[in-house]
Amino acid sequence: MNLEAVIGLEIHVQLATRSKMFSGAPTVFGAAPNTQACLVDLGFPGTLPVANREAVAMAARFGLATGGRVAEHSVFARKNYFYPDLPKGYQISQYELPIVSGGAVEVAVPGHAPRTIELTRAHLEEDAGKSLHDALPNATGVDLNRAGAPLLEIVTEPQLHSPEEAGACMRSIHQMVTWIGISDGAMQEGSMRCDANISLRKRGDPNLGTRTEIKNLNSFRFVERALRCEIRRQGEVLRGGGAVAQETRLYDSRMDATRPMRDKEEANDYRYFPDPDLPPLVLESGFVEELRHTLPELPGARQDRFEADYGLSAEDARRLCESRATADYFEAAGRACGDMVLAARWVTGDLAAALNRDALDIGASRVGAGELGALLARLREGVLSGKLGKEVFQAMWSGEGGADDIIAARGLKQISDTSTLEGIVDDILASHSDQVSQYREGNTRVFGFFVGQVMRATKGRANPAIVNELLRERL
Amino acid sequence: MNNLKTPKQSEPAAEFSDAELLRAAHLTRLALDDGEKPELAATLRRIIGFVRVLQELDTEGVEPMVHPLDLRLPLRADEVTESDMRTEAQACAPDVAKGLYRVPRVIEPA
Amino acid sequence: MIEFSLAGLRRALDGGEISSRELTEACLRRIEERNPALNAFVTLCGESALKEASRADSGKAADGPLAGIPIAHKDIFCTRGVRTTAGSRILDNFVPPYDATVVERLAQAGTFLIGKTNMDEFAMGSSSETSYYGPVLNPWDLSRSPGGSSGGSAAAVAAGLVPAATGTDTGGSVRQPAALCGITGFRPSYGRVSRYGMIAFASSLDQAGSLTRTAEDAALLLDSMAGHDPRDSTCAQRPGERYSAALSPMSARALEGVRIGVVKEFMGEGLDPRCRQVFSDNMATLRGLGAAVSEVSLPRLPLSVAVYYVVAPAECSSNLARFDGVRFGLRESGADSLEALYTQSRGAGFGEEVRRRILVGGWVLSKGYFDAYYLKAQRARRLLANDFARAFESVDMLAGPTTPAPAFAVGEKINDPIQMYLNDVYTIGAALAGLPCISVPAGSVDGLPVGLQLMGRPFAEAEVLRCAHAYQLETNWHRLWPPGTTAPFDAG
Repeated sequence: MNLEAVIGLEIHVQLATRSKMFSGAPTVFGAAPNTQACLVDLGFPGTLPVANREAVAMAARFGLATGGRVAEHSVFARKNYFYPDLPKGYQISQYELPIVSGGAVEVAVPGHAPRTIELTRAHLEEDAGKSLHDALPNATGVDLNRAGAPLLEIVTEPQLHSPEEAGACMRSIHQMVTWIGISDGAMQEGSMRCDANISLRKRGDPNLGTRTEIKNLNSFRFVERALRCEIRRQGEVLRGGGAVAQETRLYDSRMDATRPMRDKEEANDYRYFPDPDLPPLVLESGFVEELRHTLPELPGARQDRFEADYGLSAEDARRLCESRATADYFEAAGRACGDMVLAARWVTGDLAAALNRDALDIGASRVGAGELGALLARLREGVLSGKLGKEVFQAMWSGEGGADDIIAARGLKQISDTSTLEGIVDDILASHSDQVSQYREGNTRVFGFFVGQVMRATKGRANPAIVNELLRERL
Repeated sequence: MNNLKTPKQSEPAAEFSDAELLRAAHLTRLALDDGEKPELAATLRRIIGFVRVLQELDTEGVEPMVHPLDLRLPLRADEVTESDMRTEAQACAPDVAKGLYRVPRVIEPA
Repeated sequence: MIEFSLAGLRRALDGGEISSRELTEACLRRIEERNPALNAFVTLCGESALKEASRADSGKAADGPLAGIPIAHKDIFCTRGVRTTAGSRILDNFVPPYDATVVERLAQAGTFLIGKTNMDEFAMGSSSETSYYGPVLNPWDLSRSPGGSSGGSAAAVAAGLVPAATGTDTGGSVRQPAALCGITGFRPSYGRVSRYGMIAFASSLDQAGSLTRTAEDAALLLDSMAGHDPRDSTCAQRPGERYSAALSPMSARALEGVRIGVVKEFMGEGLDPRCRQVFSDNMATLRGLGAAVSEVSLPRLPLSVAVYYVVAPAECSSNLARFDGVRFGLRESGADSLEALYTQSRGAGFGEEVRRRILVGGWVLSKGYFDAYYLKAQRARRLLANDFARAFESVDMLAGPTTPAPAFAVGEKINDPIQMYLNDVYTIGAALAGLPCISVPAGSVDGLPVGLQLMGRPFAEAEVLRCAHAYQLETNWHRLWPPGTTAPFDAG
């Protein structure tokens, strides 16, 4: 049976507001339990929600950035269910009329042509708290610090066909929400969580098979691994002549398997209805237009510009646009040295390697864009050889100072003065007559030997082009 | 419109079966005593029968009225206005430990 | 002689005829005497009230328009540090860490709390019999109900235990007990007064109101209560007005040019003929004040009770989900699973009527019934509101009796929810439409008070209060005291 996977994602992004969706409590991560939950978040009798303008603006910005429609009129509804980390017994969410409908993101799996994946909707809601199952003996402890944090739930159309595409889609949305500054994208803090709907069907069959939902995938890697497991599992069921049960499953990363979630809401009857505490959210077109003007140049456009204006390869442009910080860094470094191609090579090469080695974000780079630009300028001017450039970069990375300081302190300035080099070349030829003879007998490979000797004599500072020229003249 | 039945003339709603009572009780997490169920079901059938008269009203094309006023959602500035209230808030909690609200063990994370 | 109204006490306090402490002591004395029979209070704050009174007398307290006057709050308004039960066992031990906006504003105006009044559990009831703390009785006849749900506030004011009290009105919970206790009950427009800190029953209907001796007193309280509150998203974004200032001057023909519509649907067979007679006398009085009285029809009004008993339970089922035994309120001990914790705490914490409404509300929102019940009711609600809007094209104010009959006996309706629901048939309509309305004492049937209800356009509080005030200047029903009750400070 030739089966095709059909995958849709629901991605919850925590918005980077200072205060919560419906209260003035802080949203800082990692505080002591229940110290950031105010009476509204705790659902105290008599308290009422008041919506956060910035969260609304952020949701609208996402809609604008992805080409969706930002609704003039949207509605907050109550999703009713009981769970200890849900203080009011309902979650305020958007149901029938979300703030954003439609839109799309570009999804690129390395080695494949990019695809456009349509978004169904994006809506605002409040987060629940956290149930801790290991914090107390024989009991569950509830921490409501996160309760009420603003979330944007982004729902894609079921247009993804492989775990890799699903992972890439999540990356693409991560790139977008951090790019436009509506989320810090901190995966390890749960700022982005994903539920995946997955079904299999015979290739070419227009109908969808029965789907399962895998809940709470909190990393790109887990999305891919969980989907791989689930595709394998559903494939085995179908090939064995069985039927996939529509259910919610959890991914167990230790077992690398999915398993059905114990039914906490067998009927899942959430009894959605419009929240009578919150009148409809009405956005004037002026407000939305103003937001449009605050949007930065978006990743796709910026990538195109890097290719067209700087002559970068599509791959380099894509890598430089993985985050807005990287793109900004690249352009700053390029402008500082006056050579965008050189800057692209270094940002995707030595800098990326150093960041990766030290597990740093580009924002925390030990070498700033201006500093890297200054180093690259010396390379361009021929003051420094490429090899020495790498050495200087490592010294800068370890905090020894700026490029010029290091070049001066280590005496690394390239020797391009012909008369100085002539003397050195002559000395070396004189003391290696055997090799000179070999060369003259036709063993041209020893040319490299002479270059090496000159470089060694100059501690690598000789300008290789001039050395080559002088040797060729004399030999 | 003028031949609308008044609520007083209503019949008990058969569709609110005993099973529906149990479903409603489960959805709303209310424990019911076996002894009270028959009478409760009968009372609720009468109440639901009483409100069922609305179904004869022609509401074609009428927008549901969720709010009595035609208001727009007010939006507040994104400012932190609340500080830690754990001690005061947990003073009325039935069971807390290590700053957490304690509940019977939930077998599986949701 | 000191008149036991807010306006009268203001004059007496300002004129030095009485101190705040003397006033407070007098109230506490009456409470001690009368409350054991009436059961109007759930919690008393005598000590703190006396302290506040002394502060007011020594000039140390805020000098608001109501400075030095003790009042009672319905036990549905959160009061910082003072137990707030909403008449429910589930909140028997609940001490809120904050004040409701209404409480805060009335404190800023200079009032202080003397006690929290008894009420139907979570304001669900029309007789104050569903309270976990036992029924409230009617000061006019202790075998009868004071109405509800703000029955404790109504009985306390009617018996002169306090000069004024707050109440809440979801479907008539201020107006109906006011009518049955012979006092003035005022419900402002939806959104006129903040709901913050008022324990929610049905969010789209709940509105804070007042139980006072006069419309003038209602205006004095509203001066302080009304206005935008950034903590309530459904509170109207318009400033409060000086409602009390709009009451004067008042001429003998104060209602000249005011068109009053008598709601035809209120006049049907359900109305006690003696109440019908009282009402027709009331209309004659209003005509005498210059009002043009005519009949108007609200054709969908007969459905209002059915609409209400879908919408209110639906909202209540969700609003009361927060009472789960985790963060506050009753937790039934011995629950060994989460499910048991929920069902047992809620099963034990809520009384019968509340449980009925939660069940009905959860059910009408559930799969398969949402459209046929909840949506249908919200559509019908719109049609009903349209009926009111159409009526207000031809009249300025609507009038009707507040209740179909005077106070009923305790126990008479409590076992028949539908009979109980139908007692609110005249008050529910205006609540569904969010209109400002008032009930004023307007007559007597078999020695029991009955009320006249006036309903205005949204935010026409001033007009409604002015009309009621004009009526009270012309009549003395609001000056009557229940049998055996003398006016406080009467004859020294």
